[in-house]
Amino acid sequence: MDPIMLSRIQYALTTIFHFFFVPLSIGLVLLVAIMETLYVVKGKEVYKTMAKFWGKLFLINFAVGVVTGILQEFQFGMNWSEYSRFVGDVFGAPLAVEALLAFFMESTFIGLWIFGWDRLSKKVHLACIWLVFVGTFLSALWILAANSFMQHPVGFEINNGRAEMNDFFALITNGQLLVEFPHTIFGALMTGAFVVTGISAYKLMKKQDVEIFRKSFNIAIIIGLVSSLGVAFSGHFQAQYLVETQPMKMAASEGTWTTTEDPAPWTVVAFIDPDKQENSGEIKIPGLLSYLSYSKFSGSVKGMKELQAEYEQTYGPGDYIPPVRTTFWSFRIMIAAGGLMILLALYGTFLAMRRKLEGAGKWFMRLMVFAISLPFIANTSGWIMTEVGRQPWTVFGYMTTAAGVSPNVSAGQILFSTIAFTAAYTVLGIVMVYLFVREIKAGPYAVEKPEEHDESADPFGVDGGYSVVTK
Amino acid sequence: MLSLSELWFLLIAVLFVGFFFLEGFDFGVGMSTAMIGKTDRERRTLINSIGPFWDGNEVWLITAGGAMFAAFPHWYATLFSGFYLPLVVVLLALIGRGVAFEFRSKMRHERWRKTWDIIIVVSSALLPFLFGVVFATLMKGLPIDAQMQLRPGFLDIVNPYTVVGGLSVTLLCLVHGLLFASLRTVGDLRERALNMAKRLMLPLAAILAVYAVMTYFMTDVFAVRGWALWIMVILGAASLGLAAYFVRQKREAWAFGMTGAVIAIAFASVFIGLFPRVMVSSMGSAFDLTVYNASSGAYSLKVMTIVACTLLPFVLGYQIWSYYIFRKRLNDQHHLEY
Repeated sequence: MDPIMLSRIQYALTTIFHFFFVPLSIGLVLLVAIMETLYVVKGKEVYKTMAKFWGKLFLINFAVGVVTGILQEFQFGMNWSEYSRFVGDVFGAPLAVEALLAFFMESTFIGLWIFGWDRLSKKVHLACIWLVFVGTFLSALWILAANSFMQHPVGFEINNGRAEMNDFFALITNGQLLVEFPHTIFGALMTGAFVVTGISAYKLMKKQDVEIFRKSFNIAIIIGLVSSLGVAFSGHFQAQYLVETQPMKMAASEGTWTTTEDPAPWTVVAFIDPDKQENSGEIKIPGLLSYLSYSKFSGSVKGMKELQAEYEQTYGPGDYIPPVRTTFWSFRIMIAAGGLMILLALYGTFLAMRRKLEGAGKWFMRLMVFAISLPFIANTSGWIMTEVGRQPWTVFGYMTTAAGVSPNVSAGQILFSTIAFTAAYTVLGIVMVYLFVREIKAGPYAVEKPEEHDESADPFGVDGGYSVVTK
Repeated sequence: MLSLSELWFLLIAVLFVGFFFLEGFDFGVGMSTAMIGKTDRERRTLINSIGPFWDGNEVWLITAGGAMFAAFPHWYATLFSGFYLPLVVVLLALIGRGVAFEFRSKMRHERWRKTWDIIIVVSSALLPFLFGVVFATLMKGLPIDAQMQLRPGFLDIVNPYTVVGGLSVTLLCLVHGLLFASLRTVGDLRERALNMAKRLMLPLAAILAVYAVMTYFMTDVFAVRGWALWIMVILGAASLGLAAYFVRQKREAWAFGMTGAVIAIAFASVFIGLFPRVMVSSMGSAFDLTVYNASSGAYSLKVMTIVACTLLPFVLGYQIWSYYIFRKRLNDQHHLEY
């Protein structure tokens, strides 16, 4: 294994893992904030119980998101030092702003929220959870500003052999960011919504705490509907932007080797042979690719072979075609998962509006429980498509991924760290899922049992047999 | 007048000083759970004493890292890639510690809690030690070549000087944390924290003195900065003396302030001694990374300065407010979250 491949594998593993938790944090904290708002406005205890129950799940998830995020920041310097040298001037700024603006806000106000239930007034306490939401939202904005620069570099000039920022405003109004940010945020809200509806459906099937979970389902399904439609629309704009700025990624995600006829058909499935550079067994929908690319049923889409020739002219000899099958299939998996979620959200909303949730068929409830996995599948495949489809570039048109690795770090070191992080993350993942399931089974009215007798305490001492209420 | 890159050197120094002042007592409280927490209830009380704060304190480190990346890309790249293996351990410790706080009390199971408690103690001791080692090597010098690449050998990182540096920071954080714990608790626990701090004062003074002497002989910072560093040493010694005095008087608030001052003075000294270098090269001063050759362009620094000066007052404001909200001591009646 060479350092480049190992660094890529480590980046993929750690980023995908980190991004299981991030969107769920953003989506869950919004729902918790809405529930607590209802509690403050309506004054009903039930909403407080809801906010606390989902808040518990949020905190478990948030903890894992935070600690895996630290690694993300360090990783650029550790495994990609040449990349860091080349883009630090531009790319470092949004990361620093993210920490100053978002991380401080999230971490301080989540501390106030957890420990402040009886220290703060209702309204101030509510403000804290909203500020946590604002923090997660801003965090997403700045990290995506950094990612957007990689996809579509703007606001800089090449000086002294590196990218130097010359227009901060261009960086944060990057067209890529304007399409990427809404798409990612809607995806995050959708994740929170489908996790809440899925868990609620499970509890409703079990007929446990029906009132709480019916209310939770109703709130979340509306967010689910709005966000799943939002994801689809923003994704459409993102695809159009892609045709303009990264046509190679678009061509790869469509498996288009040669420039299409006009109007361009959309390939539903195909067997792709990257060696022969041709597909077989394609199923096509006529005209749809033109619509996806240009919002009209005409216009052709450039193929990878033509683009390869163009890029060789511009950037010199090299292979500019990303891993086609990965890009093609991750795109389709994302769309399939997203489409299914829209349908489920529509039907779920219909049931909720008609107050027919409890009478709903078992099949639907089971489907909603299964649908917990869908946003994670969609988020992950979306990022795989975006990042793999950008290859061989790390900063599109300016630096290849291979050129970005640390020259002073050996393959052995990266292998060691990859194994170490993977092991740690595996344990984290298992523990976290275990705790999640435990909390869900215990439910919002988990009986608060006194603390077991502490063996190390003197039973005749001051605090012998001291009973405490645990969370 | 400071140039922008000099200003950012100052800002990063401030961020690290803030980090060690704040997260320093979190590390100390984490270590203290093994030393003064006899029962599960007591260990929980100790962890809850930093519960609302530790995550926000850790962001000082994240911000320092982000600021290095943005303002001194070469410093960030050379340091993070050069210190590869120590940073892997740092990351594993940060990851373990962060989730341990959140997870430990989720189950009432002996083995479960013991496991997370061990992770809290080990990571809380390991982190200040490793940071101490890293900062010691920055001053002592590392084999940085003409391409700003660093490929350190084991002995470049682990040697008597750096180990003493690591131990100094660890012990300093421990005493600092014990005093913070005594500030936030009552009764027995408070007494034990104070007593432990009292007993550690002499060893702490001894190791800091040894480290200062070693620094005089093994690095050039005294030669470069002369009187400024001597002033810092005198101030540090005075603060430590006052800390010992206040501990004896059982005035933990003042004592805590003084150990905080020692931490601030110690890390400020590192940056004063380094300036204008950010990393000293042992292969010749021509290869030193400095504030001038490792920094970002003027435009980027200007933007960052505006952003930082706008945001920092707010950050400081609400962080101080959160300490104000949780100013009361934890007693037996309190509901514990962690």
